[in-house]
Amino acid sequence: MGLLTNLRSSISRAASTLFSDEEPKRIGIYGPPNAGKTTLSNRIVRDWTEHGDVVGPESHIPHETRRARRKENIEIERDGKTVTIDVVDTPGVTTKVDYTEFLEHDIEKDEAVRRSREATEGVAEAMHWLREDVDGVIYVLDSSTDPFTQVNTMLIGIIESQELPVLILANKIDLEESSVQRIRNAFPQHETIPLSALEGDNMDEVYDKIAEYFG
Amino acid sequence: MAEVKQRDGVQIDLISGERMDGLASMEKIRVILDGVREGNIVILEEGLSPDEESKLIEVTMSEISPDEFNGIEIETYPQSGGSDSGLFNRLMGKNSPKKLTVIGPANRIETLHKDETLIQTLVSRT
Repeated sequence: MGLLTNLRSSISRAASTLFSDEEPKRIGIYGPPNAGKTTLSNRIVRDWTEHGDVVGPESHIPHETRRARRKENIEIERDGKTVTIDVVDTPGVTTKVDYTEFLEHDIEKDEAVRRSREATEGVAEAMHWLREDVDGVIYVLDSSTDPFTQVNTMLIGIIESQELPVLILANKIDLEESSVQRIRNAFPQHETIPLSALEGDNMDEVYDKIAEYFG
Repeated sequence: MAEVKQRDGVQIDLISGERMDGLASMEKIRVILDGVREGNIVILEEGLSPDEESKLIEVTMSEISPDEFNGIEIETYPQSGGSDSGLFNRLMGKNSPKKLTVIGPANRIETLHKDETLIQTLVSRT
């Protein structure tokens, strides 16, 4: 009986894939460490799924996300239409990982070394996803910090060379030091949307743009 | 590359575009990381393509080891212009505009200032 049910559900899944307009687009959430990528991913999932499960834990400690995590079939409704995407929350990209930085957050040495190893694997994984497995990118920046870093310049260049659609989000506008204009000046070739993923500020515009860019 | 006797100082490898042109992507990455892991500052006359930069990050991550190698610091001039120049370059068959690139060990090189025309870095000996 179980076998028959499984078979029926497999056929039904295959048929729906065959006849659906399009496969959900895999949208990678990229950016430097501590930009608020996981906070944003969790906000999107909570806003658009029934169970509101989170994608991963949020933390002020860098490299909290050390594995790329995918949340499938998120249906975002905009202007009577539904856009279905898979959200891929990725580890923050960097060119260096020093385990001693974790020690500053009251983490023991063994744990710090383990975290740094996982972080390096996570960054490599994120780069691999970017080259092979995403259909579009949401690039998240902390608007209270300088966006003119080499990692940002390189990653935007890599995304552009892959000809992937990219939406730049200026996160953390709830912070006093936030400057959205600084991000607009750094990447004038792309549209920049301000938001606070933590507070949920300006999410309507973010969803409008997700539908426009990736729908 | 020629063997250099270790002295009290910082070795700088200035690598011409011509030298890198003849190498495959992974060979270029090896030349850079071998130099950086010996503690040298590597300066590329013509930089890397975005795809090579992506692979450089990936390979660097795989080689990071606690108390031994923390990764790299890399600097290029920020790309000026916007999508128009990108499109123009693509139409002209230039996917990677040539850009001077400085790469060094993360624990020995610190960027002091960077803009479209100037990169200032502080290199420490140890």
